[in-house]
Amino acid sequence: MSNAVVRKTLISLAVAGVATLAQAEVVIGVAGPHTGAYAAFGEQLWKGAEKAAADINAAGGVNGEMIKLVKADDACEPKQAVSVANRLVDSDGALAVVGHFCSSSSIPASRIYEEAGVIMVTPASTNPTLTDQGLPNVFRVCGRDDQQGDVAASYIVDKLKAQRVAVIHDKDTYGKGLADAMKSTLNAYGVKEVMYEGLTRGEKDFNALITKIRSVDADVVYFGGLHSEAGPLVRQLREQGSKAIFISGDGIVSDEFVSVAGSPKYVDGVLMTFGAPPTSYPSGKKVIKEFRDSGYEPEGYTLYSYTATQVAVAALSNNNLDPIKGAEWLKTHSVDTVMGKKDFDDKGDLTVSDYVMYEWDAQGKYHVVD
Amino acid sequence: MDIVLQQLVNGLTLGSVYGLIAIGYTMVYGIIGMINFAHGDVYMVSAYITAIALALLTFFGIESFPIILVGTLFLTVAVTGAYGWVIERIAYRPLRSSSRLSVLISAIGMSLILQNYVQLSQGANQQGVPTLLTGALRFHVGDGFVQITYMKLLILFISILGMGILTYVIQKTKLGRMCRATQQDRKMASILGIDTDKVISTVFVIGAVMAALAGVLVTLDYGAFDFYVGFIIGIKAFTAAVLGGIGSLPGAMLGGLILGLSEALFAGLISSDYKDVFSFSLLVLILIVRPSGLLGKPEVEKV
Repeated sequence: MSNAVVRKTLISLAVAGVATLAQAEVVIGVAGPHTGAYAAFGEQLWKGAEKAAADINAAGGVNGEMIKLVKADDACEPKQAVSVANRLVDSDGALAVVGHFCSSSSIPASRIYEEAGVIMVTPASTNPTLTDQGLPNVFRVCGRDDQQGDVAASYIVDKLKAQRVAVIHDKDTYGKGLADAMKSTLNAYGVKEVMYEGLTRGEKDFNALITKIRSVDADVVYFGGLHSEAGPLVRQLREQGSKAIFISGDGIVSDEFVSVAGSPKYVDGVLMTFGAPPTSYPSGKKVIKEFRDSGYEPEGYTLYSYTATQVAVAALSNNNLDPIKGAEWLKTHSVDTVMGKKDFDDKGDLTVSDYVMYEWDAQGKYHVVD
Repeated sequence: MDIVLQQLVNGLTLGSVYGLIAIGYTMVYGIIGMINFAHGDVYMVSAYITAIALALLTFFGIESFPIILVGTLFLTVAVTGAYGWVIERIAYRPLRSSSRLSVLISAIGMSLILQNYVQLSQGANQQGVPTLLTGALRFHVGDGFVQITYMKLLILFISILGMGILTYVIQKTKLGRMCRATQQDRKMASILGIDTDKVISTVFVIGAVMAALAGVLVTLDYGAFDFYVGFIIGIKAFTAAVLGGIGSLPGAMLGGLILGLSEALFAGLISSDYKDVFSFSLLVLILIVRPSGLLGKPEVEKV
């Protein structure tokens, strides 16, 4: 009996010790696919958050305390996302999390952060369900797939005037969600897709699917998914002699899309929806210059991650490091970031969506379509 | 009509790749009765070696496609074969006399080691190699056309050649006789003076070499790979081996072709969402009718 009491006291002493140590710094988790097939996006997230933390610490930190970033690798797998989320809130003592990347990881992880009262700001998860769950602590600094799908569908109907649209997805939360959102807007415009099918993530041979796309004589192929499948898909599409216009979403916004496709000539003319160029905001000039001076091009979600870190820090610093109050505060206050002023609605979505259409060129670069 | 023919072409090339990899599963099973779960990852390693070999050859200024192809094939086959030998030596031979279960776990461990070793040494990113051979043969059928790219022709040609040479080696040469003898009765074979350990090593090398052929061809064709690419294709090739009758060499080739064709035809004519469901249902059906696979021999319990 007395033995147990001693042990308990020891444990509580140890816990108290950890807590005092942790108070000297503000722990922020950076969760995403730091390894695995989607590690390119994990790197974007980490680079952005790392830079933001360094800048904030150089300017005096959060209410005088330094930010300590903790890397949490979910490899874009829901199961692993839950376990790293638990680790972040339990043993790392994170007050806020920047992440995750894949919607299929963000959704299960968000519930753990909610229970622990931790702010979650995702730079990249665009699936509507994430904020539609009604959790008070979840925010995103990117758009939603229903907005993204709208932009793609109206582009297909108004600009391309295409009637024969094949819709392909990767059966994952993000990919299928995006494809479905695009499809429902497309149908609302009165265009019925000629084909709607899923492919298997991790496979490389899509020839059978492409022969089928050829057989339905599609003008436009819309793909909801990530670059690792989009690359082989567009390459095999061209190899089979199809000239259909290939459109996808923000899941392919990485230079790796070109190397996975095999050559810039295959990505030439590929269209994608993505937020207005994150590098175009005047408030981000200094950060972008510093990134480029250090030899790193802040592509894709890098600046989104920087922004997410700024949002989380603003919420904490204005509320005495209380994440629960911070989350309430964010819904009524706007935050100045490297990507301009950000306002959140009651669900945690941005009040303004800024999706635009980009086109890849024969040099393997993307730029906004006028 | 042209679509069905095109799907047959797609299925044949996919199936011959499955067949090449399935050989590694089936021969190892035939000779020591274990399922080498690390085999898919040997294929993945060969994809990386292909990229390294390509980079080396271009570094030395070689630009003609036939020389690059032969050079890459030679380098990749040699290095992957060495991997096969080393894996058998360190992960399976020490467990030769223990139960089948321990070897199986050792194989799963080996698979994880290979994946993580490649991930750490080569980075976790998606990798790509540039396209080297473009162009296609086109045949007009009715209103449409059926096409087969030169790369796909090469895949078919090299897989048929590889399987042909292997069949000759197993059926006609001294090495093949030793393999078959070891497969029938390892103890008796060793009493008759066959170095069975060496034969088993050779079988692992042969399996790795076949996987390397597939690795080179697929990498040159699709251009994209990562450290996880061996998993799905390994599972498919294993299915092909079981479908054809595990332990039977022609069975592996037949199983590969059936799997490739059924996937392509189902995805192309019905739905690509459920193509894997269809392939595995087919496997279940065949195993219900013929429990030892299409060409497999039922195991006789020796008393």
